[in-house]
Amino acid sequence: MKTVKAQFGFRGGIHPQYHKDLTADLPIERLPLPRTLAVSMSQHLGAPAKCLVKKGDAVAKGQLIGERNGFISAPVHAPAAGTVTAVEPRQGPTGGWADAVVIETAEDPSGAPVLMPPLDWKTASREELLARVNDAGICGMGGAGFPSAVKLAPPPDKHCEYLILNGAECEPYLTGDCRTMIERADRIRLGVEIMRKILAGPAVRIAVEANKLASIAALEKAFADIEGNVEIVVLPTLYPQGSEKHQIYACTKRLVPPGALPISVGCVVENVGTVAALADAVENGVPLTERVTTVSGDGVARPCNVLAPVGTSYADLVAFAGGEKDGVRKVISGGPMMGFNVPSLQIATTKTTSGLLLFTAASVFQYSSSPCINCGSCVRACPMQLNPAYISRAVEANDIAMAEGFGVMNCLECGACSFSCPAYRDVTQFCRRAKASIRAKAAAKAAKK
Amino acid sequence: MTAILTATLVIAAVGALAALALAVADRYLAVREDPRIGLVTAALPGANCGGCGFAGCGDYARALVAGTAAPGACAPGGDAANSEIAKILGVAAEATERRVALVKCCGTRSEAIRVGDYNGICDCAAAAATAGGDKGCRYGCLGYGACANVCPKHAIRIEDGLAIVDKRLCVGCGKCVSVCPRRLIELVPASATIHVLCNNPVRGPEVTKVCGVGCIGCRLCEKNSGGKEAGHFTFNGFLAHVNYENPPADATLVAKCPRKCIKEDPHFEAGV
Amino acid sequence: MLPKQTGERYLLSSSPHAHARRTVSSLMLDVLVALLPAFCCAVYFFGRRALFLAGTCIAACLVTEALCRLAMKRENTIGDLSAVLTGLLLALNLPPDLPLWMAAVGGVFAIGICKQAFGGLGYNPFNPALAARAFMLISFTGPMTTWTASAWQISAGGMDAATTATPLAFIKKGAEGFDWSQAALLKDLFFGNVNGCLGETSALALLIGACYLLCRRTITWHIPFAFIGTVFLFAMVEGGVPPLVHVLSGGVVLGACFMATDYVTSPITAKGKLIFGCGCGLVTMLIRTAPTGAYPEGVSFSILIMNAITPLINRYTQPKVFGK
Repeated sequence: MKTVKAQFGFRGGIHPQYHKDLTADLPIERLPLPRTLAVSMSQHLGAPAKCLVKKGDAVAKGQLIGERNGFISAPVHAPAAGTVTAVEPRQGPTGGWADAVVIETAEDPSGAPVLMPPLDWKTASREELLARVNDAGICGMGGAGFPSAVKLAPPPDKHCEYLILNGAECEPYLTGDCRTMIERADRIRLGVEIMRKILAGPAVRIAVEANKLASIAALEKAFADIEGNVEIVVLPTLYPQGSEKHQIYACTKRLVPPGALPISVGCVVENVGTVAALADAVENGVPLTERVTTVSGDGVARPCNVLAPVGTSYADLVAFAGGEKDGVRKVISGGPMMGFNVPSLQIATTKTTSGLLLFTAASVFQYSSSPCINCGSCVRACPMQLNPAYISRAVEANDIAMAEGFGVMNCLECGACSFSCPAYRDVTQFCRRAKASIRAKAAAKAAKK
Repeated sequence: MTAILTATLVIAAVGALAALALAVADRYLAVREDPRIGLVTAALPGANCGGCGFAGCGDYARALVAGTAAPGACAPGGDAANSEIAKILGVAAEATERRVALVKCCGTRSEAIRVGDYNGICDCAAAAATAGGDKGCRYGCLGYGACANVCPKHAIRIEDGLAIVDKRLCVGCGKCVSVCPRRLIELVPASATIHVLCNNPVRGPEVTKVCGVGCIGCRLCEKNSGGKEAGHFTFNGFLAHVNYENPPADATLVAKCPRKCIKEDPHFEAGV
Repeated sequence: MLPKQTGERYLLSSSPHAHARRTVSSLMLDVLVALLPAFCCAVYFFGRRALFLAGTCIAACLVTEALCRLAMKRENTIGDLSAVLTGLLLALNLPPDLPLWMAAVGGVFAIGICKQAFGGLGYNPFNPALAARAFMLISFTGPMTTWTASAWQISAGGMDAATTATPLAFIKKGAEGFDWSQAALLKDLFFGNVNGCLGETSALALLIGACYLLCRRTITWHIPFAFIGTVFLFAMVEGGVPPLVHVLSGGVVLGACFMATDYVTSPITAKGKLIFGCGCGLVTMLIRTAPTGAYPEGVSFSILIMNAITPLINRYTQPKVFGK
C-alpha cells in the first residue's frame, strides 16, 4: 500500500469556496429516532421498488418493505420498527413524486431488528456476496444512487481491472464522506476486501482530494498492512474531481468514451460511504437504511454531520442542527453545485441525501441573466471540454439538434459553467433542458418501434 | 455605327446562347412533378404549422399525392380544405370538426399558490424539473409559456401566470399539447362552450390546500346536468371532465360549480 | 380565493447554487482599471486634450446606449460599464487634436450603429470602438491623421522630419539611412515619447495594464501573445525595421491587449484565440509593409477583419470532448 499523487489532471474545473471547515472536524452524530419516517420507494437510479406493505401494517427494523423491481433497481428496508400509517405519493428531494411508506416509529424502538444472517466474506462465494449486496439495497451513496449489485456484476465479456473508491467529495460544504473515512476507515477496508473478492481481484485506487489530510491519514493507517495492489491517490483540490470519468483518468489515465460506462475501460467506481455500508451488510447483515448527511450552510444554527435513518424529514434534521436561522431563502438537498432545491422542509431523506444546506438571503439571491458575451469562462471551466456557451445559445433558440451536435449529451451537469458565467446565464439548466428533451425524443422513438 | 452593331450582335448572341441553355435545361434537367401536388398545396391553408406531422404544407401535399398520408390531418384547413383535397385526389372525405386547444387550468396567481420563487430559464419543462415546479398544484399550468413559444399562430399568451388560448387564432395543430410538461392542454371541439378548467385528479382536501379553483370531484356538475345517464361529464379520480362527444350546453352549470372551475368559453376571446 | 400559504417561500433554481460572483460589469471594470495607466500617460503627454476627448467619447457612448435601450424598450444596460469601456477605448484610439464634436460622432456611431443596432452587448460582430474608428478614419481622414508633437521633444537622432508624424508614417515613407536600431528610439517608444493616438504612445503603461488583466484572469494570454509574436516574427523575416520597433510603435500593444481581446468579437476557445491573434498580427504587418498600401498603420483594420471571420474560426475550433 502506498500513497501517491495523482499523475493525470484534467483541463477545466473550478475553485469554489469550500466552507468545509464548518463541519469537517465534527464527529458524526446519531440522530435520535424521529417520530415519523417517510421511506421513498425510489431512492436509487432505475425502477422504483415495489411496495410490499400497506396502511396499518406493523414493520420491524430492517424488514423488507420494497422489492427490487427490474434489472436496475434496489430493494428498500424499514429503517425502524413501527406502524405504517400511509403509503402515498410524496415529493422527493429531486422534486419528483414517488410512493413513500410513512412509518410511525414505535414508542419502544428496542424491538428485535430483522437482520440477514451474517456472512463470512472469506468463505462465502462470490455469488453469495453479490446476492447480499443486492438484498441489502446497497446503492451508490455519492448522489446518483446506481444499484451496487448491478455495478459489481459486470457483463461476462468485461473484466474489472481497477476498483476506484471515490473519496473526493469535491462538493463544497459536504463532509460526510470525509468523516466516514476518518471514523470508519476499518469498515471501508473490509468493504474493499469484499468488493475485491466479488470483482475477482482488481487493483484498488482510493481517490481522495488533497484538502482531506485527516481522511488520508486515517485511510493510510487502516490500509497499512493490506496486501495486493492498493494505492491511495491524492487528487488536487479541484471541482469536479468527484466525477467518475475524471477520477478514472486521474487514477489510471484511461478515458471513458462518451456515453460509455466505466466498466468499458475496466473500472468500477464506488463511493466510500457505499463501501462502508456494503461491509455492514455482509458482516453484520444490516441492510442500507441509514446514512450520514451533512447539515450545513449559514441558515442552520449548528452545522453538523448527522447519521440519520433514511426517510427522516428535513425538518427533523434541521431541528437537530439547532433549528433554522431567520431569513432562510434557499434549501438545498445535496451540495451547492449539483444539489436540488426543495420547496419546503417537509421532504424526507433518501439513500443519496449527502447534504442538507440552508442559506439565508446573505448568501443567495435572485439573479437575472444577460446575453452571452462570449467570454469563454464556461469553456475554460467545463471539465468535459464542451462549449457550454454555444450549447446554451442553441437551447435558448430552441435548436435542440444543434445542442446535440455540440455534444450536450456528454454534459455532467456539474455546474462549473453556470458558476463561472459573468452574465449569470443558466448554462447548466440549458444543458439539462437539452438533455431531457433529447432523451424524451429518443424514448418516444423507441416507444414507436 | 460599327460600335452599335457590335453591341447589338454581342447582346443578341448572348441572348441566343442563354435561350439555348434554358431550352436544353428544360428538356433534360426538368423535374417532373405530379401536377396534383401544386393543386393540393394550394388547397392547404399554407399555415406551415406542422400539426399534420409533416414539415410544412408542401411536405404534407407530397405525402398526400404519394398516398402515404390520408386527408383529414390538416386542422387549420378544416373540412373545406379536406373535402377539396379529397376531390383532387378522388377519395372520399370524412367530415371533421374544427378543434381548438383548451388549457385545463384556471389557477391564476391570485387563485393558486406558488410554493417557491422560481429563478431560472423561462420554460415550463425547465421549471417543472426544478423542485417539481414552483406551483403548489403539480398538475396545474406553470405559466412559463412553452406552449406560447411553439404556437405557430401566436394564439397563446400568458396572463397572470396562466396560458390563454385565443380561439379565433388557434388552428388546432396540437403543438402545444405535446410540449406542455403538465399535459394539461387538450384539443376540444370549437363548438363546445362549457369546460372544466382543472387537471388535478387527487382528493379534494389536497386540491383545496393548493388551489382556490381546483376541481374536488364533488360531481355536482354531473347531477345538475341530468345525472350520470345524461353523460355530459366523465370522472378521472376526483376530477370532472367534459365528455366532448356529448358536451353540456347549459350555461347555468358555471354558476353552480362550487369550486368555480367550470367556465363558459373560458380562455377564449369574447365575440367569437 | 387563494388558499393560505403555509411556511416560507424559498428560492427555487436549478443547480448550481453557488457562483463565482464575477459579473459582466466587474469584468468591464477590470479592463477600465487596466487602462488607467495608459490613460494617465495620455493625460501626461497630451494634457487636458486627453481628458476632454475621453470625457466626450464616454459621455456620447453612455447617452447613446441609454437612448437606444429606451427606444428598443429593453432594460437599461449602462450599468454593465461596457459603454464606458467602448468610450474610453475609442478615445485612446483618437489623435489628440481631433475636434471634440468628431469624437462625439464617433461615440454615437460606436454604440448606436456598431453595438445596439445588432442587439446590444453580446451580439455585435465588430469591436464597436474600432469600427467607429474606421468610420471616422474614412469620414474625417484629415483630422484623424494629423499628429502633433507630444510635450516631450523626440530624442532619437535623425527623426526631425518625423516630429509631426508617427514613427509608422516615417517607416512607410521609407526613411533611408535612418538608424532604427538606436537605443534612444526604443526607449522613446517604450516610455511613450512619440506621436500617436492617445493610448498608443507608451508601451510600458499598456503592458502594466495587460499584466493586471492577465493576473485577474480577465483575459487569457493567447491573443496578445499570438498577435505580438506574429508581428515580431513577420518583422524579423521581412528584415526591414527591427522587430521591436514594429511591436512598440503604433497600436500593436493597445490592440493586442485591449482591443483584440474583446470577448464578444474574438473566438471563444484557446485554439481559436491563437489563430485569431496570428491573423491579426499578419494582417497588421501586411498593411504596414505593403508598398502599395496607403495606410501606415493596420492594427484597427486587422482586428476588424479578424472580427469578421471570428464566427468561422469558432466553427472550426470547437473543443474536443473529454474522452473522445
